[in-house]
Amino acid sequence: MSEEFKIEIVNPEKSFLVKEDVLEVVVPAFEGEMGILKDHISIISFLKPGIIKVFSKSGDENYYVEDGIIEFKNNNLSILTSTIFSVTDIDKSKQGDLLKKAEAEANKSQISDQAKYLADQKVEVLRSIN
Amino acid sequence: MASLDDLKKRIASVKSTQKITKAMKMVAAAKLRRAQESAERGRPYSEKMNNIILNLSNGISDKKNAPKLLSGTGENKVHLCVVMTSDRGLCGGFNSNIIKKAKSYFSKILNEGKQLKIITVGSKGNDQLKRVYGDKIIENISFKESKNANYFDADKVGRIIIEKFEAGKFDICTIFYNQFKNVITQLPQAQQIIPLNNEEDHNNSDESYEFEPDEDEILSNLLPKNISTQIFKAMLENSASEQGSRMSAMDNATRNAGEMVDKLTIEYNRSRQAAITKELIEIISGAESL
Repeated sequence: MSEEFKIEIVNPEKSFLVKEDVLEVVVPAFEGEMGILKDHISIISFLKPGIIKVFSKSGDENYYVEDGIIEFKNNNLSILTSTIFSVTDIDKSKQGDLLKKAEAEANKSQISDQAKYLADQKVEVLRSIN
Repeated sequence: MASLDDLKKRIASVKSTQKITKAMKMVAAAKLRRAQESAERGRPYSEKMNNIILNLSNGISDKKNAPKLLSGTGENKVHLCVVMTSDRGLCGGFNSNIIKKAKSYFSKILNEGKQLKIITVGSKGNDQLKRVYGDKIIENISFKESKNANYFDADKVGRIIIEKFEAGKFDICTIFYNQFKNVITQLPQAQQIIPLNNEEDHNNSDESYEFEPDEDEILSNLLPKNISTQIFKAMLENSASEQGSRMSAMDNATRNAGEMVDKLTIEYNRSRQAAITKELIEIISGAESL
């Protein structure tokens, strides 16, 4: 039996990625990284800043996301996110911009713990891409 | 009757107007294609978002303690209306249709003795509303600088709305925009976004989801995003509608200008002929009298 399932990543502007031959996806869920294989139970969760790793027959891909929601149902994985880039062809200057913005936000004095945590995450992940 | 010279000038001026409207039509057609594409590409996101929220709100255990964005404040006193229009004119009935729809809603609310607050998005709506409802407008947002509708702008509007909601400034929020059907038809829409209108409750999905973290937390994170998404959808529909409306308006204008040129040309030729005939008669009668 095949071990493949379908993934669809959409952002508000368009359908970012559709793949039918995915073997495993690792998503940075809010409460920790989560690997999803075929026949996973139906789940809804949301993401923190991090890297989505897609392992498929036609090659592995990594994407950076800032936020998002995932829904897995009937071997269909949908990821909704507002900010997403492929890690391999991310624009260095854009990455620098994002990092600066995230650092500025992390250093703000009056933010909630959760916002601070998310901003710290962003900084960490963006630094690790290099 | 106008002199020959006047007629000539008028024909020239109508012709140059026709050139402009023709160019505007071309530009609108090109922009329309792009706007339509992005409106279509944006649909999966808002549809999926809606679906997830539906599943979530079905799965929520304690309906009474559901997030306020979903269930409302429980009151129905202050209405916030977000009227989304374009920043540019010359697009036929596009803006007036939204305004008309919004105004009839406004008067209904005011007649019921409720309080009204207005946020206008786009300068044309503000221009038309400020005369009558000037004191009700609490914010005017315009995105003249950004060329295309983008999510970043929508998110800005969404944040403003949520901020006001959390400060308890209103109970119910409705957005007004034009839904793009095709180039000649755009339907003005009034859509309630707070509290979320779950009338078409699909309770048939008895699928059980696992939630991580729990439903409430996901919902309270998701609902603000949904507001921005709905606004973004409205902006996309609006920009497609605007271009469609402008295209058909400019098409009509070009055709009208063409008809006018024809009419004026006939008039010009007639009066030229009349002048020639008159001169001939004068010459002939002058020769005869000799």
